Amino acid sequence: MPMSEKRPDPDLLLARVQAEEKRRSRAVLKVFLGYAPGVGKTYSMLLSARRLSAQGADVVVGCVETHGRRETAALMEGLAVLPRREAVHRGTRLFEFDLDSALSRKPEVLLLDELAHTNAPGSRHPKRWQDVLELLEAGIEVHTTVNIQHLESLNDVVAQITSVKVRETVPDHVLDRADAVEIVDLTPDELLARLAEGKVYLPEQAKRAADNFFKRGNLLALRELALRRTAERLDSDVREYRMQHGVTATWPTAESILVCVGASPSSARVIRGARRMAAGLRAPWTAAYADAPNAYPMTRDDRRRLDSHLLLAESLGAAVVRLSGSRVGAEILRYAREHNVTRIVIGKPAKRRLREIFSGSLVDELVRESGEIEVHFISGRIPDEREDPPPAPERPPLHPAPYAWAFLLVAVAAILAVTGRNLLALPDLVMLYLSAIMAAAFLFGRGPSLLAAALSVAAYDFFSVPPYFTFSVEHARHILTFAMMFAAGLSISGLASRIRRQEKDARYREERTASLYSLSRDLVSVQNEGDAARITARHAAEVFRGRAAVLLSEPSGAFVPAAKSPDNFALSEEELAVVRWAGEQGRPAGRGTDTFPGAGLTAMPLSAGPRTPGVLALWEIATETLSSIERRSFLEAFAAQAALALSRARLSEEAKASALKAKTEEMRSSLLSAASHDLRTPLAAITGLSTLLRDDRGRIPDAQKSEILASICSEAERMERLVGNLLDMVKLESGGMKPRKEWVPLEEIVGSALSRLEGRLTGRSVKVHLPPDFPLVSVDPVLFEQVFVNIIDNALKYTPPEGPIDISAVRDGEDVAVSVADRGPGIEAGQEERVFEKFLRGSHPGVGGVGLGLSICRGIVAAHGGVISAANRPGGGAVFTIRIPLPEAPPTALSDGTEGFP
Amino acid sequence: MNTNPPLVLVVEDEPPMLRFLATALAARDFRTAEAKSCKEALVAATSQNPEIILLDLGLPDGDGIALTRKIREWSQVPIIVISARGRENDKVEALDAGADDYLTKPFGVDELMARIRVALRHAAGGASGGPAVLDIGPLHLDLARREVAVDGREIHLTPLEYRLLVLLAQNAGKVLTHRQILKEVWGPPYAHQTQYLRVFMAQLRRKVEPDPARPRLLLTEPGVGYRMRDI
Repeated sequence: MPMSEKRPDPDLLLARVQAEEKRRSRAVLKVFLGYAPGVGKTYSMLLSARRLSAQGADVVVGCVETHGRRETAALMEGLAVLPRREAVHRGTRLFEFDLDSALSRKPEVLLLDELAHTNAPGSRHPKRWQDVLELLEAGIEVHTTVNIQHLESLNDVVAQITSVKVRETVPDHVLDRADAVEIVDLTPDELLARLAEGKVYLPEQAKRAADNFFKRGNLLALRELALRRTAERLDSDVREYRMQHGVTATWPTAESILVCVGASPSSARVIRGARRMAAGLRAPWTAAYADAPNAYPMTRDDRRRLDSHLLLAESLGAAVVRLSGSRVGAEILRYAREHNVTRIVIGKPAKRRLREIFSGSLVDELVRESGEIEVHFISGRIPDEREDPPPAPERPPLHPAPYAWAFLLVAVAAILAVTGRNLLALPDLVMLYLSAIMAAAFLFGRGPSLLAAALSVAAYDFFSVPPYFTFSVEHARHILTFAMMFAAGLSISGLASRIRRQEKDARYREERTASLYSLSRDLVSVQNEGDAARITARHAAEVFRGRAAVLLSEPSGAFVPAAKSPDNFALSEEELAVVRWAGEQGRPAGRGTDTFPGAGLTAMPLSAGPRTPGVLALWEIATETLSSIERRSFLEAFAAQAALALSRARLSEEAKASALKAKTEEMRSSLLSAASHDLRTPLAAITGLSTLLRDDRGRIPDAQKSEILASICSEAERMERLVGNLLDMVKLESGGMKPRKEWVPLEEIVGSALSRLEGRLTGRSVKVHLPPDFPLVSVDPVLFEQVFVNIIDNALKYTPPEGPIDISAVRDGEDVAVSVADRGPGIEAGQEERVFEKFLRGSHPGVGGVGLGLSICRGIVAAHGGVISAANRPGGGAVFTIRIPLPEAPPTALSDGTEGFP
Repeated sequence: MNTNPPLVLVVEDEPPMLRFLATALAARDFRTAEAKSCKEALVAATSQNPEIILLDLGLPDGDGIALTRKIREWSQVPIIVISARGRENDKVEALDAGADDYLTKPFGVDELMARIRVALRHAAGGASGGPAVLDIGPLHLDLARREVAVDGREIHLTPLEYRLLVLLAQNAGKVLTHRQILKEVWGPPYAHQTQYLRVFMAQLRRKVEPDPARPRLLLTEPGVGYRMRDI
């Protein structure tokens, strides 16, 4: 064999590494599996716990029932026991396992008896195995016990063997998840002996069944089941080991199983059978339901049963698909071929339906067309299986109105038939009645149309068939007419109701698609989480017809309501706890789920990837939405879409924040380099010049000395300006510059800016053109003085020493535009915007400054809601224009004199 | 008034600043006393009886404004506060608390001396009610006849403008906050109607100044108030 083939498959290796990592990081689940009560599971568990405890492990008893057995109770001594939680249910006090205190106590190993236990109503999870999963998730090793008959996939087999239907079941995946399964074995004879000695505790409800249950034959069968199940596991462990260690062996061919699920009560058994087959073959399996538009309309009970079957299949680990096509068999085979299904499992039909004689049964079709795919039949019937009553049957109340209308329709037809008897032939009359039946069928559905059919036949007989006004008939051929008329009525009504159902389904699907589409359309442009939350909540409230809220996770881990629809309700502590659980675990919680099923709300995590940025909370939504797989998947699709938008918004916000941070970093570094260069230049001059004076030994002439001193002063002034600008910039950047607007004459601001620059303006022509009636402007006078100082300073730096500066202002609609113009070299083309950028300096050698002045101007003007722009001036030079809005009418010029003033 | 050179109390904690002030003052024949904190300043102000106080508002031990207020409880000694640019509120508060003037860091010796000179002059002449005729550069004010002339040309002012001009002229060289002017000219209820003052000041400038946008006399102290140039 070539070397390369011995090397393990890289994909398998990767999967193995991932699985190993997961196993290392996740907590261990150890299951003590028995085949019947009394084999000593609890005892074995406690024994092993004592060993662990003796080795120094932190072992805590979460919940162990000793059932008064002394030797078991003795084993518990010395182990820490978690106090039980007291729950009151219908006046009965129950002492339940306290999940929360176990989670907060966080022992290394927790002992939890009876994996299949059903928790008291009002607990977080309805089932104990769900508690166990949460404990494992939290990193707590759990040791637990379970009997084989509680295993979901074996449930029906056990029922068949023992005739005792076990209602408390544990999904197989829980046992599959176990890292160690220890089988607690005892021969049936020994067990029976223990039973006879009264050493076996039986729960109250099991006592009556005990006689049936503890039969030697039953026990043998159960024991075999338990051992086989363990062997199955062992097998998969071996296989895993082989894969891990590159052991070449005969690999099972890749099998894939498809089980056909229907609404028939026997389907559950077929599903369980398929699961066993899949487990035996270690094959993936899929449960498929094919929806044919021309099928018989399903009753509500059918639908509910179908949904429960699909849920069962899902809980047993199947992938659930819903196929749709005109021919069910063809559809199933198409799917099977596309997905490389090797075996199709289907329930053995109980009886041949009339219809199938004509149209061919599904079974026939599958067998005929399946080709290389094996088709397995599983008998769906167990003689003594009592089916669970469908949960909460909610029949629609009988509406009398449509029936009355149907009656009326027939009455109208009868009146027409009676009055037109002389004009119309009998076949026409039949048509008349059929029209009435048809109208009733299309308008009011199946029930009323059946009534119409019956009434029509009666009316036809009574009014139109001689002898008139009696139900007796002259000719036998009329009986045939009645029969045909009734048959036609029946098929019309069947047809009509099918059309109505299809229409309803189509409408529902359309609505669903439309609502998803409208949600995605609204979410597509969302940029921040708040908007995404608001849109999601609004749509959810509309689509699910209840209250909705979207809660977003905070850095602290808490979930805080970000949007509610309608806006006027608050979440209670309990509701927030449900939301938090859903958010932290990334699983749905609340009503209709396995967690907090008693809560008033349903919390859907909005997770994209490993993170759950938000939770969608829904109130008062229809039970149907949660119980039907189809509707639930719609809810999930809805949540997925919202989650996507939410995480996108969060990502874009984070990107923005990091971009801002990067920008701040960049700005800080340019600030540093600017500061180091531009502050050092004047400092170097000052230091140099002042040391020159200090160390002078009378050699520098006085005239030169005063020149040196003047230089020192001007360098110091330059540094003062730089520092001032840097400080202003920091203030602007940190958002600390808040304009304190006052009504000020523009002239005054310009005036004080010019006064501040007075020393440097000598020799320049500075002209200020302000109309005498110019309105007051609403600005911060101190900041705006700085704006003018910076612009004029800029002009002073970049224009020749005698260049004129012109300042003017005009009122332009709602704005005031102030311009500062010079006759310098102007602005390079394309640089008009860039001159306002930070640290940009004109390309003039020897011009000091950090390049912040104009940038500060822009910041200040923007803080006033205005804009500053630069342009080249006609005739040469640059012009800077500041536009600021005049928000409201400025105070009118005060009348002079003393009136109004003391 | 004693014949000794005036004593200046310098309240400043930064040694270089202190050295600069002490040297500059000594060169102009002032005597100086030093305090490095508000606490020391209060002791020195009581015990040494200075003729003028230079008070840095950025002292580490706290509140120059409270100190100003405390000193004003018993003394009219001129106080000139020293503060950084951008702290206009501090300046206004100190001035309203009773300080006479302010200097913005950094400042030159000539500016310092001008402030001290003006403050000492106003302190000396405060009680006498001032002269009846004021001549400030191109401005001629005859208080008895209520006549105003600029560059020898008589100008006509409304009563409020006149009162405003007189107030500034009487305090020539000294900064007056918006509040002080409004209280003085319009009355206490109008102390916050800064825009009235600004409008009247603009009108006054148009009458008094040849180029109102580049005033010679009526200077704006941004964010603080107005000052008549002391020529």
